Amino acid sequence: MNITDMLSYGFMQRALLGGSLIAILCSVLGVFLVLRRLSLIGDGLAHVTFGSVAIALLFRLQSVYNTLAIIPIVMGCSMGILKLAQRARIFGDAAIGIVSALGIATGVMLASVAGGFNVDLFSYLFGNILSISTSELGIAAALFVVVIAGVATFYNDLFASTFDEELAKSSGIDTDRINTVLVLMTALTVVLAMKVVGIMLISALLILPAATALQLARGFKTAIVSAAAFGVITVITGITVSFVLNLPTGATIVITNFALFACAFGARTLLRRG
Amino acid sequence: MSPALKISGLTAGYHGTEALRDVSFQLDRGQYLGIVGPNGSGKSTLIKVILGLVPARGGEITILGTPRERFRSWDRIGYLPQGLQFFNPHFPATVDEVVRLGRLAGKRFPKRFTAEDATAVNRTLEWMGIADIRSKMIGDLSGGLRQRVLLARALVNDPELLVMDEPTTALDPETRETFYQLIYEMNQKHKATVLLVTHDTATIGKYASHLLYLDKRVIFFGDFDAFCNSTDMTEFFGAHGQHLVCHRH
Repeated sequence: MNITDMLSYGFMQRALLGGSLIAILCSVLGVFLVLRRLSLIGDGLAHVTFGSVAIALLFRLQSVYNTLAIIPIVMGCSMGILKLAQRARIFGDAAIGIVSALGIATGVMLASVAGGFNVDLFSYLFGNILSISTSELGIAAALFVVVIAGVATFYNDLFASTFDEELAKSSGIDTDRINTVLVLMTALTVVLAMKVVGIMLISALLILPAATALQLARGFKTAIVSAAAFGVITVITGITVSFVLNLPTGATIVITNFALFACAFGARTLLRRG
Repeated sequence: MSPALKISGLTAGYHGTEALRDVSFQLDRGQYLGIVGPNGSGKSTLIKVILGLVPARGGEITILGTPRERFRSWDRIGYLPQGLQFFNPHFPATVDEVVRLGRLAGKRFPKRFTAEDATAVNRTLEWMGIADIRSKMIGDLSGGLRQRVLLARALVNDPELLVMDEPTTALDPETRETFYQLIYEMNQKHKATVLLVTHDTATIGKYASHLLYLDKRVIFFGDFDAFCNSTDMTEFFGAHGQHLVCHRH
């Protein structure tokens, strides 16, 4: 099958478009999260998403309503992580661990009590971008606009507080508000990314394109733009390869991402030696 | 004209421990205050309370004529810490980008940079002699150059009050001297009021017009001559220690 045939399928067109939009969000936010050592917040929120999906399935919500129902739960839990880290005398990693474990435990308990939706839950664990519907693509596009507008609006404050929070505060930047904006945007993105790579692999989509860009970037804006480009390239390549070779899409996207990261790391090492 | 900084009965601390007790002093415009004292004497806490990074438990702070709680003109203050809080040597920011961040202090939502900001950054980089490294990554610089970039960030708004917390601790003697010269020039030529926390008692006497000796409370506050003629300070520092500060090299 050639590329033209592949692109003639509606589900492939939706997968490539939706996957690219979500890859851009993950990669851009990933740069801020990786530099703030908050990379694993994606993993934590993904586990919360697992619990939220179980709740949605319990109420037998259709896929599109399912996504809409999950969003406020995951956003609430992202705020919970922030508040725990600020008020419970623990660092962010412990707060992520607590909320993450609670999400998984809730999901497992509900799956056990309700029974019968284990197969559906499995599809959320590993994602299936090829099954993205037109209405889901619409939600993804709307949330893409919201998150990109958020990043663009707060870009300089996000950059300043990522560079050094104390210096940012001394410039009058409300870093608590900026942190809240960042985790809320991450929560929205994690819910969307669940469809692309699944709950188990979301953190890869947040971390790998950013980590690849950080190997080569010569400035902050360059890092953001190149992370977004790497995210799109790997998602498109991953979807195409998985379709042609009949491989699981989420896993192929992650392995493609890792291959690009390895190339960037190698190139950087060679450049330093040269 | 209102004083650059007025502090009355300031008390602050962390988790039940008192770090500052009833601290009061006034710094007039154009003065250069050196804040000295032993480790744990509350010097850095004082700076952080002034900048709103640590809450005060009591007392009043007036910055450039405005009570601290209502003060919003952060572009009128330049702040230089000892170093970055959690410095990541792989942070992807150029010198130009870091210095430009200083311009955010004067902006209202939505914060966008303009041609005027670019001009201010260029002027500061030129004045500090680091224009040639503007495209370099901050993590690729030596500790001295990096601190100089952070000073440029603090000076990019031509601040009326320059607040520094042990900025020269990690620098070699030559770089330290250049650093002090730049700050002195800001004070003398640009009439910036300077508040400098330092352990470098042997050098501070060369530049500061006033001294504050802090040990959770104010042990001494006054001009340089008063410090050198104070018998209380002779007792406190010892004759050798006092001479070390007062001997202007």
